Amino acid sequence: MGVFAMPSLGADMDEGTLIEWLVKPGDHVRKGQVVAVIDTAKSAIDVEVFESGTVAELLVEPGTLVPVGTPLARIEGEDAESGLPPEPARPLPPLTPPIRHLLHQYGLAPEEVHGTGDGGRITRKDVLAAAGESSAGGARTVTHHAPTLQPRPVPASRPRITPRARRLARERGVDVATLASGDAVVTAAVVEAIPAKPAKKDRTAAMRKVTAALMGRAAREIPHYYVAQTVDLTDTLDWLKQTNAARKPRERILPAALFLRAAVLAAQAVPELNGHWDEQFQSADGVDLGVAVATRAGGLVTPRIVGAQDLDLSALMSHLTDLVKRAKAGRLRGTELQPGSITVSSLADGGPDALFGVIYPPQVALVGIGAVAQRPWVLAGELAVRSTVTVTLAADHRATDGRTGARFLAAMGEALTQPEEL
Amino acid sequence: MNETEARDVVTTALSDVAPEIDLETLDPQMSLRNGADLDSMDFLAYVAAVSETVGRDIPEDDYDRMDTVAGAVAYLLEG
Repeated sequence: MGVFAMPSLGADMDEGTLIEWLVKPGDHVRKGQVVAVIDTAKSAIDVEVFESGTVAELLVEPGTLVPVGTPLARIEGEDAESGLPPEPARPLPPLTPPIRHLLHQYGLAPEEVHGTGDGGRITRKDVLAAAGESSAGGARTVTHHAPTLQPRPVPASRPRITPRARRLARERGVDVATLASGDAVVTAAVVEAIPAKPAKKDRTAAMRKVTAALMGRAAREIPHYYVAQTVDLTDTLDWLKQTNAARKPRERILPAALFLRAAVLAAQAVPELNGHWDEQFQSADGVDLGVAVATRAGGLVTPRIVGAQDLDLSALMSHLTDLVKRAKAGRLRGTELQPGSITVSSLADGGPDALFGVIYPPQVALVGIGAVAQRPWVLAGELAVRSTVTVTLAADHRATDGRTGARFLAAMGEALTQPEEL
Repeated sequence: MNETEARDVVTTALSDVAPEIDLETLDPQMSLRNGADLDSMDFLAYVAAVSETVGRDIPEDDYDRMDTVAGAVAYLLEG
């Protein structure tokens, strides 16, 4: 028996509004399936389950604002179907303060985490694993029953609604369930007839507040240091042009993907900068690459590309395209809003020469990409005009020293000048 | 393809990629990348959409011709 709880979608979220259920009791859900849409200060987010099972009961009605960790639905795991008795409750293992803090950050109870350390002690990895799963209702990791809530009436079936109307309703914060009238299909016109809530305006302010809180924390807690390095990209851009000439427009690779790929390689080469700070540095297993994206509403989100180390240049480009498109439209998935292990930020093309960023806690490094432009450059003892870019690194001085940052930039520079190795 | 059809292809692609652009008031001579604020990713999506609609490649060397609505319409008419 599992609980699908209100996930913490990033360190800055305390509560969220369930906008819509995409499943109903009795539905079978597969791992990775989007089951609900949740509204946070930043955007509407598609939330996935990470375990397969059957939806037993929906506990929260659409439109309800609840704190992180509140059970939203009961999901019967596949274990239950096989008739196995539920696992007995374990005695609670002792918790260290960093772990307690981490649990709190992710809105998890100790009972929800399967400890793999000595004597069942909960380790940092266990919490992160459970956070990943419970961000969408990990049925297997939860070994106790959720507090029993009074079940609320749930519509027997979802109202029939056109996709355009559904999108519109979501944009306007209209509860779809209230629109159904008998068997009539809800069309966009029906949704448009409903006066828009002033919620749109509030989102900009709310987003500003979230960014303010997170960046304020970063400035208070993180002693930043900065290093910068300029790289001659001329040959790499020629290589990219040749590569793209053979591709259809939609399959072409933008320099942005080169920078991400180079950052992934550098993060692997210098793992001291790839991970989280929680009283001490914990390196991440893979590279979950955060990407700073400006939304159409004028805010900033930094969704992550999970497992970016496994993506080659083309795959990274298509992931980036998809992520940016959804981020701009305010449609991200829950797992994408968990903290990445390192973040890359660049301002629009033709922007400033260099970007000195603020680190996203609990990460320890942020890579800034300046504008690519033709600039004077010394090549083989002569002054030449070359396409260059200045790459910067903001890093947490608690975790590393400038020398480590310099190694990171050297690794990035090397990757950026050997594109065939990307 | 006539001019109306070409313009339709261009504006449809634009409105999909950047719904915030007001096509009614957009100056057909305005640079999409510098004036209308399409970033490189938006611009690529717009070029790809146009290319797929008309079923013809648009090489990177021709991107500058796609940078205004008027330029893109003229480019498609040359087809």
